[in-house]
Amino acid sequence: MKIDPKAKYSEEHEWIRVEDGEGIVGITDYAQDQLSDVVYVELPEVGDTFEQGDIFATVESVKAASDVYMPVGGEILEINEELEDSPELVNQDPFGAAWLVRIAIADATELDDLMDAEAYQAFVESLE
Amino acid sequence: MSYIPHTDADKAEMLAAIGVERIEDLFHDVPADYRFPKLELPEPLSEMEIMAELQALSEENLDVGHFPSFLGAGAYHHYIPRIVDQVISRSEFYTAYTPYQPEISQGTLQSIFEYQSMICALTGMEVANASHYDGATSTAEAVIMALNVARGRRKRVILSPAVHPEYRAVVRTYTQGMGLEIVGDEDPTADLDDLLALLDKNTACLIVQNPNFFGEIEDLRGVADRVHAVGAMLVVVADPVSLGLLKPPGEYGADIVVGEGQALGNGLNFGGPYLGIFACRQKHVRKSAGRLVGQTVDAEGKRGFVLTLSTREQHIRRERATSNICTNEALCALATAVHLAALGKRGLRTLAELCYHKAHYAAGRIDALEGYQVVNKKPFFKEFVVRCPAPVREINDFLLGEWGIIGGYDLGRDYAHLENHMLLCVTEVIPRREIDALVDALAEAATVLRAE
Repeated sequence: MKIDPKAKYSEEHEWIRVEDGEGIVGITDYAQDQLSDVVYVELPEVGDTFEQGDIFATVESVKAASDVYMPVGGEILEINEELEDSPELVNQDPFGAAWLVRIAIADATELDDLMDAEAYQAFVESLE
Repeated sequence: MSYIPHTDADKAEMLAAIGVERIEDLFHDVPADYRFPKLELPEPLSEMEIMAELQALSEENLDVGHFPSFLGAGAYHHYIPRIVDQVISRSEFYTAYTPYQPEISQGTLQSIFEYQSMICALTGMEVANASHYDGATSTAEAVIMALNVARGRRKRVILSPAVHPEYRAVVRTYTQGMGLEIVGDEDPTADLDDLLALLDKNTACLIVQNPNFFGEIEDLRGVADRVHAVGAMLVVVADPVSLGLLKPPGEYGADIVVGEGQALGNGLNFGGPYLGIFACRQKHVRKSAGRLVGQTVDAEGKRGFVLTLSTREQHIRRERATSNICTNEALCALATAVHLAALGKRGLRTLAELCYHKAHYAAGRIDALEGYQVVNKKPFFKEFVVRCPAPVREINDFLLGEWGIIGGYDLGRDYAHLENHMLLCVTEVIPRREIDALVDALAEAATVLRAE
């Protein structure tokens, strides 16, 4: 299982990476592996705001459709439009090309609620 | 022989689980007097006697096979070629229930795929689903789809008063409790300009019918642009027979096209089962409702058919489905597909032309009668509105009682300002002599009813 040491993780298998004060959000390698072939990603619109834990996207695979939750609250600054035509990127590069949204983080202290890479690794192992 | 599989032990276990002693306890809330009312039923009859009674009952029906009918208003009597019944009566189609393991029923899927393809060609849209219950429910699903495309942020729905009154009622039933603002039809005379004036940033969709409920062909050029300018969707309710002659709604910018498919291949059937046509643009397909059959290739590269996007309604995404309808009118859709295939492109056009010309011949003759006036200001297709010299119900009683003719629809039922106005429909099954008989009968009705 791949893991991004710089990201923070939720128990719902979202990751968030803080770059220049903004958050980049996606789903983890473990999540894409559980979903199997992703066929569709439904994203929010730029300007939408969500609280921590709100559903902001849906990832649909041949096996399941899974809601994606905001790891921290904030406003959507950009969505990854490439996923509309190439949802398979979620399987190929979950921590890179398949980022879902870029957000303005409303309250940085919410990041403290999340796991670091090591803790997430242990969390995933505890599931298996 | 009892068909109830539960043993006494099963029943005792179930009763214990829910905490009652006897089955009768479950009816505790029903007042005792109403629990097991005595039914006043006649003595049983033999099969032969029953058949005679049912036969006598059915012969009291005034069916369109024996009486010329000028009644339309959403349900139309067209000729159904014999091939339709021949094909749909095959047991593979006729007795099969909805395929829960769909891909094993390749023939069923192919027939639905062909139906969908024909609807796309007819409406000028990119995607058509496997159908809904009827034109009214398709219209309601179009509203729900428009709300979903707007992600629930737009709450205004503009409904033309010239959309079938029952369709408008079903839209309201389907969407009750959703906090919508349904406007437009509170003024029964509102025209397109009045409706366009209601467009705002909160509008999810504008719904028009073409030809409208009064049979008129609406001039929808430029309407889609106005609707799209505020980010709303244009929903067009269309009569598929009219599309043999008229421009497909997809060509003038409709986002969703719905309609009643009964007219093609399906009988009047006492009001149902009918066929809800539903078509939309590819980019919105994931927000659409209902089943969708897709064509694909199997592992060996051979053509095959699958239920596409079925996850949405029936399986893993059920709790977030865009609609609670996960069935379709497969047999009715098949009848429509067979009828369309039998007609072919030119046949459908000829059918539409016959309706158009016969309706116009009838309108011309009726308009020339004293006391009657055709009031349509716009061009019309196969239906038109006639102002009558007496209440429509009285005229219809006279037509049926004295001439054996089924008259038109009483528009006063739905539109207060159209009291004494009759909506007449003429299709290809009405020969000229029957139109002439209607004209004579109407003339006589005017004289007789005025004398009374």
